[in-house]
Amino acid sequence: MSGASPREHLICTVADLLQGCRTIAVGASSPIPAAAAMLHRARAAVSGRPPVRISILGSVRHNFFTNGSAELFDSAAQGRIDAFFLGGGQIDGQGNINLVGTAPYPRSPLRWPGSFGSSFLYFMVPKVILFREDHDPRVLVDRVDFISAPGTSEPHVARPGGPHALVTGKALFRFDRDAGRFELSGLHPGHDLEAVRAATGFGFRHAPVPPVTPAPDAESLSLLRGPVRDTLAESYPGFAAQLQSA
Amino acid sequence: MSAAVPGLMTPGAMASEVHSGMRLALPVDYAGVPMALMPHLVAGGARDLDLVCVPTGGLQPDILIGAGRVRSVETSAMTLGEAGGAPCFRRAVAAGDIAVRDATCPAIHAGLMAAQKGVPFMAIRGLIGSDVLRHRPDWKVIQNPLSEVADPIVVVPPIRPDVALFHCPVADRDGNVLIGRRRELASMAYASRHTFVTVERVIDGSLFDNEQTAAGTLPALYVTGVAVAERGAWPYGLGGEYEADTAALRDYAAAARTPRGFDAWLERFVADGGMP
Repeated sequence: MSGASPREHLICTVADLLQGCRTIAVGASSPIPAAAAMLHRARAAVSGRPPVRISILGSVRHNFFTNGSAELFDSAAQGRIDAFFLGGGQIDGQGNINLVGTAPYPRSPLRWPGSFGSSFLYFMVPKVILFREDHDPRVLVDRVDFISAPGTSEPHVARPGGPHALVTGKALFRFDRDAGRFELSGLHPGHDLEAVRAATGFGFRHAPVPPVTPAPDAESLSLLRGPVRDTLAESYPGFAAQLQSA
Repeated sequence: MSAAVPGLMTPGAMASEVHSGMRLALPVDYAGVPMALMPHLVAGGARDLDLVCVPTGGLQPDILIGAGRVRSVETSAMTLGEAGGAPCFRRAVAAGDIAVRDATCPAIHAGLMAAQKGVPFMAIRGLIGSDVLRHRPDWKVIQNPLSEVADPIVVVPPIRPDVALFHCPVADRDGNVLIGRRRELASMAYASRHTFVTVERVIDGSLFDNEQTAAGTLPALYVTGVAVAERGAWPYGLGGEYEADTAALRDYAAAARTPRGFDAWLERFVADGGMP
């Protein structure tokens, strides 16, 4: 089997982060997180682990909710959602995310769609994975212009969830909730520490020689190029078709 | 048969029930957007509308903003999905032409729930430490009155729209409408003073004749008026009926990039009666 494309590598990196998750929700326009969740589900199925449920928001076919768009939030509040994905126009070194726009608020010169459910889900879902494919200092900033949801909260604020990791096209960071900071845990193949540092607007801890994120094993690649791609094509046909080349 | 349906009206008559200064609840883009009303709404004179997007908005509020009909928008997000950002919304925000009340999805659901229950507020977790909360003076942080330890929690006031508008597959001869699993439409109707629903078709029977359809039915008690509009969500899709017309949404996104492009698009849209 040919080696993994960068996209395939990224999907496997995200899927590894979902270890142990049984119920996963994915936003409407998030093909890479959706693919990762589907790969995680397929791996659980072939290895005989308990079944994994995925709900893709806005999808008719891949949406197991029957109580309207409030049900995701209610089920997260009940602790039933193990993992969720968030992006953001800006993500800062303290794990704060901005989905609203650049300063000054409210007349943002650069206005993004809005906070969606992030101001709630970031607090409630145990494992929130931040995902931005483009790793750019305009995205990964020292301090966000607007806090849609904070990375950490004071101890007396009810908060069972929060950021778990940040995955970009260049690297994987883990979020240290006690320190309230990101730590580089791996570089994707072909990327080096200096370039990642230059492309990141916030400081982060790292090993002197950071490891490379693991390449997908043969089983993951064959699942990804077989059943996962077929299921993915139902929701993201264009994305699924060019998976192996991108 | 149709003449006997209570509240049956034309889309034009329905749109004329929306008056200047009203607070209008509009559905999320996959829940049944009443696009067939748009040419009539734009042709009518209603201005200074306060929109509530349940819980996010897209093409419908963007057109109303572009047409200069909107005073404020309460929403958790505004987007055309795959077709990109909402161009008129962005322009109006940058120019300060509309007031934006940025929210988060479950806070909008909580506000509707407070109205549904007839209580003065609903409590919601999360939000503390966010700028969303900081910019919402109408939302408060209180101490959980049932806890003996520090437990701050946000409360939001009821959202009581004057009018809710949405599109559904079916109404029956008694004016009940089938919402299926799009339960946020029921929340909108419970919370609003008046609810107007466009439908693909009216059936000569009762949705209550069958327990399976009854379970997905919004009773006529909450429905002020029904109008037939085939493919009435276009270019959005309708669950179980038809898919979204992504090409048409992209055409809008491209045209509306400039105010002149938007005006030309809107003129054609109104002339075509909002149909493909």
